[in-house]
Amino acid sequence: MKRFDVIVIGGGHAGTEAAHAAARMGAQVALVTLSTRDLGVMSCNPAMGGLGKGHIIREIDALDGVMGRVSDRAGIQFRLLNRRKGPAVQGPRAQIDRALYRAEMQAEMTGMANLRVIEAEVTDLRVDTGRVTGVVLADGTTLEAGAVILTAGTFLRGTLHIGDRQLRGGRMGDASADRLGDRLRDLGLGVGRLKTGTPPRLDGRSIDWAILDRQEGDAEPVMFSFLNRAPFVRQIACGITHTNARTHEIIRENLSRSALYGGYISSTGPRYCPSVEDKVVRFADKDSHQIFLEPEGLEDHTVYPNGISTSLPEDVQDAYVRSIRGLESVRILQPGYAIEYDYFDPRGLKGSLELTALPGLFLAGQINGTTGYEEAGGQGLVAGVNAVRLVRGEDPWLPSRRDSYIGVMIDDLRANGATEPYRMFTSRAEYRLSLRADNADQRLTETGISLGLVSETRKAAFGAKMAALSAARDQLSARIVTRAEAEDWGLPYAASGERRSLMDYLSIVPDTAAALLAQGGVMEGLDPETLTQLSRDATYEKYAHRQDAAVEMLRRDEDMRIPDDFDYAAISGLSGELGAKLAYVRPQNLAEAGRIEGMTPAALTLILARLRRLARDRGAA
Amino acid sequence: MDTIFALASARGKAGVSVLRISGAGAWDAVSALCGGRLPEPRRAALRRLIWQGDILDDALVIVFAEGASFTGEPSAELQVHGSIAVVDAVMRALGQMPGLRLAEPGEFTRRALENGRLDLEQVEGLADLIEAETEAQRRQAQRSLSGALGRLAESWRRDLVQAAALIEATIDFADEDVPVDVTPEVTALLARVQADLSAQIAGFGAAERIREGFEVAIIGRPNVGKSTLLNALAGRDAAITSDIAGTTRDVIEVRMDLAGLAVTFLDTAGLREATDAVEAIGIARAQERARDADLRVFLIAPGEDPTELAQVQPGDLVRIAKSDTPAAGGVSGKTGAGVPELLSEIGEILSQRASGAGLAVRLRQRQGIAAAADALDRARAALDPGGAASEIVAEELRSAARALEILIGKIGVEDLLDTIFSSFCIGK
Repeated sequence: MKRFDVIVIGGGHAGTEAAHAAARMGAQVALVTLSTRDLGVMSCNPAMGGLGKGHIIREIDALDGVMGRVSDRAGIQFRLLNRRKGPAVQGPRAQIDRALYRAEMQAEMTGMANLRVIEAEVTDLRVDTGRVTGVVLADGTTLEAGAVILTAGTFLRGTLHIGDRQLRGGRMGDASADRLGDRLRDLGLGVGRLKTGTPPRLDGRSIDWAILDRQEGDAEPVMFSFLNRAPFVRQIACGITHTNARTHEIIRENLSRSALYGGYISSTGPRYCPSVEDKVVRFADKDSHQIFLEPEGLEDHTVYPNGISTSLPEDVQDAYVRSIRGLESVRILQPGYAIEYDYFDPRGLKGSLELTALPGLFLAGQINGTTGYEEAGGQGLVAGVNAVRLVRGEDPWLPSRRDSYIGVMIDDLRANGATEPYRMFTSRAEYRLSLRADNADQRLTETGISLGLVSETRKAAFGAKMAALSAARDQLSARIVTRAEAEDWGLPYAASGERRSLMDYLSIVPDTAAALLAQGGVMEGLDPETLTQLSRDATYEKYAHRQDAAVEMLRRDEDMRIPDDFDYAAISGLSGELGAKLAYVRPQNLAEAGRIEGMTPAALTLILARLRRLARDRGAA
Repeated sequence: MDTIFALASARGKAGVSVLRISGAGAWDAVSALCGGRLPEPRRAALRRLIWQGDILDDALVIVFAEGASFTGEPSAELQVHGSIAVVDAVMRALGQMPGLRLAEPGEFTRRALENGRLDLEQVEGLADLIEAETEAQRRQAQRSLSGALGRLAESWRRDLVQAAALIEATIDFADEDVPVDVTPEVTALLARVQADLSAQIAGFGAAERIREGFEVAIIGRPNVGKSTLLNALAGRDAAITSDIAGTTRDVIEVRMDLAGLAVTFLDTAGLREATDAVEAIGIARAQERARDADLRVFLIAPGEDPTELAQVQPGDLVRIAKSDTPAAGGVSGKTGAGVPELLSEIGEILSQRASGAGLAVRLRQRQGIAAAADALDRARAALDPGGAASEIVAEELRSAARALEILIGKIGVEDLLDTIFSSFCIGK
């Protein structure tokens, strides 16, 4: 029997991030996947990042994860979304070469010391006295481990729908993992079913690019990783086309043959990613919808038409796609399909992503009801870290709503579950002005270092950056602007004659950084990037101050940890209903308890009183 | 941490009301009220409370030092005269001081607990009180929202959700098929809410229930004895302060002082089938007055179902008309049987509503409206067609919605997403 510290099941975006994080911390890790070739496969659109999602990638990168670095190496078109809006809501996004991404991810994984990739099917979990202690493979082999992370994606009882045709599978061409799914269902966890869809894949050589609009990448591409400055490979453009009245007519005529409208699918799909059938039905007044034609790679002719995912039969897909400008004689390489899959109610998870009902087993990614590579990667990282900490007998690392989007996501999932596939939006983060893509390293790398996640290279780069920021802040605060200088630089001067430093200017006058840069560097040794970053921080300073009291309260409540074995039944005065809810959700701290529906101030006070009693008793013992 | 205050004594009716203040700014707040003449810690002293030139009351003031108070923080107690108007005025003054805010239910207890001033048993004893306070505030808030303010709040909520959804759509779905410039629509929505809020702020004080008093409607079929009962109510124990015919021929108003509160009884004659159009209008108006009154007394015949007359709201009273057995829920204006019981019950209910929870809810609503108006000013100042500061606008809208939470309920991200996904076709 082979023994590992941590076993990760699944090699998608959650699995790779989890395994890599655990290995970075020095644990002995096995990643079990059906096929090594599929490590880092992007099963849906060939793009990474965006708003909220790009923020998550930056956070993963700040903790020295793989997603950002690999995306940079495989990125073939970079765009910073919301470039003209404030820095808090700018999100990096890139088109990705699928084959390159896979190759780079495989290199990362196989090149990692103490991480073994095992090609096999896991059919069962090994459970000893209510605790997961390993996995059983299809050939009967058992692998032992202190903790297991399951990242099964859409593979648990996956069903593909193409019109009225159904196939079993987790992704086109791949078997689904049914036995493991049944095993988990037997645990009595809350199971739900979600669906998602993909568009047909097109042969780029049969598209009439010449007549289509093009969308280029940014002239000054912004990378995902804090360590990278420029793209690694040749950059491309995407095409833009639109559906038209004829397209909509074809779709409407064949609605009854769609899996969705024909009654073959009943599960919930995401509202932000409707199928083209949905668009035509729900927005009947619109006679056209935009489609982005996204090349899947530099050496790949496949094109992903973003915006027309479908579950219509193949002949209808053929017809409606060819009604679209530029696609008149297009060849479909693979039909679009809808996929239904199982997920587990994330309210059954602890903040560490360990299952409350089955210690030693962590769940990460789509299996928790989320969608998206980035959301999966973020969870994978948290699960990877906490699996190692569990094995080492350390307290879990619980990212918070106030420090990261990853914290927002896990908190949302645990508090509300998932009624549709959960996707990150910046509007989900109440501390959005502080949780920016540009300061993810300032927020998290220090934590990453203390968790043992961060390499020496990054540690050095981060240290240098922080030192530069701090030195520049001192320098700018000490530098008082005279009236003559203000006029010279085109900056307003206080009528009161109040003395202002350059740092004051940065926070009061939005264009200060630009004005200073236009002067060709007012101060010696102040590099533009440092100045820009200080300016971004200064922009939101007063809002951050305003939120300080709220943040402080949240921090105090989060610091009030509730032990896993906390006995709610022992609290007299707590209603039976609320007690049962608390016992099920198992809030990890007082802040989480407070967010549970139906919670009252009296109940919260009682919990706090008992926590203090416990702490005192422990202190006395 | 904020300095918090609350009414610590339960009733407004009592001879003395106690206000409690706790936190770093407690002493400064008291000092500001008594002209800098702060008494020695733990020594009661008589002080005249003055705020912005107005004399609020002569009060007994006690301050407690850090580590030697109920909460463990620097704190103070103001013992003022037990009049609702006085308590309200002092609370309002405290609420205007920077860094001070009304305590949430249970917040004093929590601070005491955190500072090691209470043990588990003591907290368990207090839990019921906190629960009752929470529930009383919730019910009071619900009640105050049942009338015209409720309809306004409903429209504020709709407009704010719509405005925030438009802004958020341009932020989170920049790459999608959403309008680039939502400024005109957002400006219109915010202007509407702002105008309403300003009107409310202008009306603060003037439209106060405490000064205007409460309305109690007597409801029943014709000839069930409403007028006789009204006369009996007015003639006993209570002084009639005015007796004026209502603005419509169907509502008779009688004002009186009951348990120290100004109470107007409404005799809503005419809950019957209308015989002509003019009368129908009068009846509709009477019904509306009765519905919006603070309390309804249903006068029914034995076996009659009061819900056939009008909607019975929480706290409403039902009496059997022309009955001499108060124990069986009867009342008679003619013999006077059951009238004292009815009066004292009405007094009890109204004074409960006027004090404690009622004051807190009104103060919270007032402060919420003022804070929201400020936030909306800032939001509009930050609006620009290019959307360069849309995240700032969104932030201010968020604070406005948070400030109005007690009136409009919580606006969560799901509310915004629902609006976004139903208005725009998202999903490129």
